[in-house]
Amino acid sequence: MRALTWHGTHDVRVDTVDDPEIINSRDAIIEVTSTAICGSDLHLYDGVIPGVLPGDVLGHEFMGRVVETGSDSTLEKGQRVVVPFTISCGGCFHCQIQQFSACENSNPAEKQDMSAKLYGHSMAALFGYSHMTGGYSGGQAEYVRVPYSDVGPIVIPDHLDDDKVLFLSDILPTGWMAAENAEIQPDDTVAVWGCGPVGLFAIQSAIVMGASKVIAIDHYPNRLALAKQLGAEVIDFRKTNVREALMEMSGGIGVDAVIDAVGMESHGFAIDNIVDVVKQKVGMGADRASALKQAILAVRPGGRVSIPGVYGGITDKFPLGALMEKGLQIRSGQTHVQRYTKDLLEKIEDGTLDTTFLISHRLPLEDAACGYECFRTEQDSWTKVVLKPGMDMPAAN
Amino acid sequence: MTNDKQLGLAGTVAGLGLAIGGLAFGAFLSQRRKGGDDDAPFYTRKSTDSDNAVLGRTVTIRKPRAELYAFWRDFGNLPKFMENVETIRNEGDHRVWVIKAPAGQTVEIKTEVCEDVEGKRIAWRSVEGSDIETSGSVEFADAPGDRGTRVSLVMSYDPPAGNLGRAIAKLFQREPEVQARHDLKRFKGLMETGEIATSAHRKENTRAAKQQEKET
Ligand SMILES: NC(=O)c1ccc[n+]([C@@H]2O[C@H](COP(=O)([O-])OP(=O)(O)OC[C@H]3O[C@@H](n4cnc5c(N)ncnc54)[C@H](O)[C@@H]3O)[C@@H](O)[C@H]2O)c1
Ligand SMILES: [Zn+2]
Ligand SMILES: [Zn+2]
Repeated sequence: MRALTWHGTHDVRVDTVDDPEIINSRDAIIEVTSTAICGSDLHLYDGVIPGVLPGDVLGHEFMGRVVETGSDSTLEKGQRVVVPFTISCGGCFHCQIQQFSACENSNPAEKQDMSAKLYGHSMAALFGYSHMTGGYSGGQAEYVRVPYSDVGPIVIPDHLDDDKVLFLSDILPTGWMAAENAEIQPDDTVAVWGCGPVGLFAIQSAIVMGASKVIAIDHYPNRLALAKQLGAEVIDFRKTNVREALMEMSGGIGVDAVIDAVGMESHGFAIDNIVDVVKQKVGMGADRASALKQAILAVRPGGRVSIPGVYGGITDKFPLGALMEKGLQIRSGQTHVQRYTKDLLEKIEDGTLDTTFLISHRLPLEDAACGYECFRTEQDSWTKVVLKPGMDMPAAN
Repeated sequence: MTNDKQLGLAGTVAGLGLAIGGLAFGAFLSQRRKGGDDDAPFYTRKSTDSDNAVLGRTVTIRKPRAELYAFWRDFGNLPKFMENVETIRNEGDHRVWVIKAPAGQTVEIKTEVCEDVEGKRIAWRSVEGSDIETSGSVEFADAPGDRGTRVSLVMSYDPPAGNLGRAIAKLFQREPEVQARHDLKRFKGLMETGEIATSAHRKENTRAAKQQEKET
């Protein structure tokens, strides 16, 4: 089959690789009809996540048709399904309490040691990511082996297009959980750093949850315009002093909750951010966390900090004092996708949530490498790339 | 794997010992339990004596204690999650476990059960005439609420003594502790999910398949 494979920093290629096959009885094989490139994929592309190996098939946002089922799969051939990017067994303690992204079994035993050393606990498996999280082949491919197919994939009714439901695999639940983690109350002002897909869905979710005001921060005009379209007020951090503006826009109290939808590669020219860029480049692994640091200073005392943005290592000069002295609450994590898919599918069906507004490009899988490069370098106009393995080569977009 | 229903338990555990990298030389656990003023498991103590290595690990498995004990007790099951165990054969009262080593080589270990408390605890040790000496135990205790069962595995061993031990250690190139931890995690996974997790995307790429390939 054809698949997008990683070969090194800024080097991904569509190669011919072996087709997957059923290994365990709960597996299913999915023929991919749509798959997206995520901000998390850019972290792999930029080489800042450890444990990615040449030849690895990337992609964790995908959906498709069931073409093969193991004897214990509950899926049926021909069904259309969206597959959560977190691989979860359904049977362990964490799965039972709905903390699916902390599943204790999906990451093979022999792959658990690296994250256990780094984080104190081993991580659950994710599709198409690092070998720290299992090294499972991903969804930017024609076919994918999906383990635990009886608990993860959600079946999609035929009248809903791929584009409407694809993001149930990751960024829609991620934006939703980010807003949930901000514990939004009706009169709240919420600030969201990053107007990429995750930030945009967090903004939309915060509004649906009843925030009185959502303030979106980025520097790309087109992305800020999308945020505005959703009902947010916007701040361009290149032009405006963000903290001062947030104080003013929240009546001098400070925003009640902050959401970091930027992650470990935040842009910015604060001195420690530049130092962190250098450290990241030389493999010292300091995460660039300038957005998060700013958010922690901006949030009001007693406020909430929600971090959907991905971090992988350590960071310097973290405003620990502000965290403690202001009595902040922090919540974060890879999304517990399986917890949200059913509810969010309903919200897509009844029109509460719009999921297609952020798709800027639809490309054939063969063009995936170019999709990565443009999504990285032309972030303003390339807000979200959807790859279609079945699409004819001259992009019909 | 041959059928080993009637073979008894001893080998099982020894097999685990060996799966662990095995090469153990029995320092008995009872000796190790002495001392210490706090409530932490003895094997978590910062140790100054370097003669013996003790390793211990606990996992919580969301299954009833009786079921886990019974699965472990029927040691025909164990090679399903113990990567290095090849076969087990009966020799009188003892069980001989044959442990895989690279290049088609094997190592044998002869064991007896020294303790078997239904539903709670199984302990074992190697007997004279074994290639390797080892001892250990596995314990099953109810976890709070509906969390299932806490399964603790404790092994004691000397860093491999003698030429044979060193040669074997080299062949395995695995730390006993790492192997024990992985086997225990695989046991948990098998019980909770009915399968051993693998990120291979074809059968020939699973660890089991690769190991078999190496042997032939
Ligand atoms: N928690 C999860 O499960 C999960 C799931 C998906 C994605 N993510 C993470 O969420 C983050 C965002 O993902 P995305 O797909 O939206 O990525 P993206 O790269 O498309 O968007 C990031 C946005 O942040 C903006 N930005 C950069 N620095 C900033 C700063 N200092 N202040 C304000 N804005 C800044 C960029 O201009 C960009 O628009 C990534 O870290 C990604 O890995 C997490
Ligand atoms: Zn993603
Ligand atoms: Zn699980």
